Amino acid sequence: MSETWLILGASSAMGRALARSVSEGGASVLLAGRDLDDLRTHAADCTVRGAPIAEVIAFDARDPSGFNKIVTRAKATDGTLNIACFVGSMPPQEAIDADPGLIDGTVTDSFSGPAQLIQMLAPILEDRGSGTVVGVGSVAGDRGRIGNYVYGAAKAGFHTYLSGLRNRLTRAGAHVVTVKPGFVDTAMTWGIEGMFLVAPPEKVAQDILRAVKKRRNVIYTPFFWRYIMLIIRHIPEAIFKKMSI
Amino acid sequence: MRSKPITYTGWGRVAIATSDVYRPERQTALAALVADRPGPALGGLRSYGDACLNDEGTAIDMTRLDRVQSFDPETGRITVEGGVRLGDLSRWLAPRGWLPAVMPGTGFATVGGAIANDVHGKNHHNAGSFGQHVLEMDVITPKGAKTTGPDKLPELFKATVGGMGQTGVIARATLQLKAVKGDVMMVTERRVANWDEHIALLDASQATYTVGWIDATATGASLGRGILEEAETGAGLVPPAKKARRVPFDAPGFALSPPVVRLFNATYWRRVPARGRTVVKPITDFFFPLDKIHDWNRLYGKDGFHQFQCVVPLSEADALREMLEKIAKAGSASPLAVLKRMGPGRGGMMSFPMEGYTLAVDMPAAAAPTPGVMGELMAMTRMANGRIYLAKDALSDGEFIRAMYPDHAKWARIIAKHDPDGVMQTDLIRRLGLRSFS
Repeated sequence: MSETWLILGASSAMGRALARSVSEGGASVLLAGRDLDDLRTHAADCTVRGAPIAEVIAFDARDPSGFNKIVTRAKATDGTLNIACFVGSMPPQEAIDADPGLIDGTVTDSFSGPAQLIQMLAPILEDRGSGTVVGVGSVAGDRGRIGNYVYGAAKAGFHTYLSGLRNRLTRAGAHVVTVKPGFVDTAMTWGIEGMFLVAPPEKVAQDILRAVKKRRNVIYTPFFWRYIMLIIRHIPEAIFKKMSI
Repeated sequence: MRSKPITYTGWGRVAIATSDVYRPERQTALAALVADRPGPALGGLRSYGDACLNDEGTAIDMTRLDRVQSFDPETGRITVEGGVRLGDLSRWLAPRGWLPAVMPGTGFATVGGAIANDVHGKNHHNAGSFGQHVLEMDVITPKGAKTTGPDKLPELFKATVGGMGQTGVIARATLQLKAVKGDVMMVTERRVANWDEHIALLDASQATYTVGWIDATATGASLGRGILEEAETGAGLVPPAKKARRVPFDAPGFALSPPVVRLFNATYWRRVPARGRTVVKPITDFFFPLDKIHDWNRLYGKDGFHQFQCVVPLSEADALREMLEKIAKAGSASPLAVLKRMGPGRGGMMSFPMEGYTLAVDMPAAAAPTPGVMGELMAMTRMANGRIYLAKDALSDGEFIRAMYPDHAKWARIIAKHDPDGVMQTDLIRRLGLRSFS
């Protein structure tokens, strides 16, 4: 049966890696994002790697007026529709301190924008009784930390949204996977000090596809972040508030 | 865009540099970068010496720009971004009946790097060099993006192929691939007793791919003994390639000490039966035999190694024999030595190949005789009207190199037009003074 992946934020390193992987497996891809020139380049790569259809769609998390078009295109697909969302922005915390107005954009990019679009797409998965939504959150969403708590708060909101959506879609036979990556070697993390155990995006894509196949609910990638975050989540607030990790 | 301070080396690990490295993931970001913070491009870091280093400067890591933009299975034309690795490309192309027309010894090299070094492979005698199969490319020069090809801005094209990255960053390239029967190689291996036989067999070989492995530790009557490999592509079934292994740490000095190497080489030579044999191998095993051992350069320990590679005209085969004799006597050679007959094909003004014989030998940098022997070999190369391969070089002298590359002055003038401020210079270019054309 035919399968299509709608990838939101397809120019991101993780989005690209996933698009390549599923193309090699013979799925079609709809690459959504802002940099259409770059997406066209990537669509060509996906076609060459085996995707029967590789198309580009304009998607800007901050501009919901474009969402209807994406929904229409998604409805026109055959077979199983999967959605993967790699959207988010992480301005440096100091920039947000200087201009708290940046909080709106961060929350829109990392949570409310994509959530609104996914909400519009959910009925398609329900109608078809199949498909998976892969929502990429972040370990930063597990606990608010001094370094990036606005981004963390947005991702925490996204995690909660995904959990509720999973609750809903599972009744119709569709599924939601929440992905919490640790440090991934992307343009977002390149050159930031203090990164460790940085995972290549291809590894994250593999982990995601395995989780989709096994119908996992929440995954950390690479897996050891589950244990790192387990510890971080269990530090008593009285102590945690004095730490800077 | 943020940069990241990275300390890195060439493959031989003898020269080291620290650069502010940018790693664009999109073509627009790359173009903006060359305009604002220009620096030379980095690919797979598989050149041996300092060709890929820019100490205390900026550099642009191209490995995220690794996409195929179009592929025509009828004509075998492919357009790729500069950072795509040849190994990835060939693993993907071979089952579809195509291969890059020229394959260097490692699949970790990128297309951009293969063009900038105008690399050659085991089929140089009939296919020429990598740059000769480039139909068109987009070069982002410090003065803007340009599309160039053999008939489009031909001067820029000839200066970019083999141009060591000095015209700018190779963003995209369109290559003419070579049709192959399938993704396996039929390889005929035969023992070669000595130098004269080796040269005679290389001269007589009719195979598409021909290369000689040389036991550079053998002396006297056995000088020049080795194994001649001749190969053709084919279709069939072979066991899947074995999983790659990794060298986890720098090997201690004795790992490649002379007695170990002598023993290894003798065993390796006898591995092939006296009457020869034909074996079937996965293509990657044939073209990239060492890629299965990740970080094999660590076998030479923390001091790294030099690779001497020269080419001399056909008439100077005896000079090459003398060089081999010197290497064998010094006793500091490694298991990796290659002898090959090259054709005349070369794609650019600073390309290495010329019609003749090429010899490549690795020598541990820590071994006492290495610097002296390397110096003598370079002088002998010059005497024989030969040439040293810049992609392998870390030791040679600028005046020597400029004399070996007759088009150098013309090339340097063209480079000065495209990069007047010298922002694309690398440590190799500075060390050898290759930008001067007086």
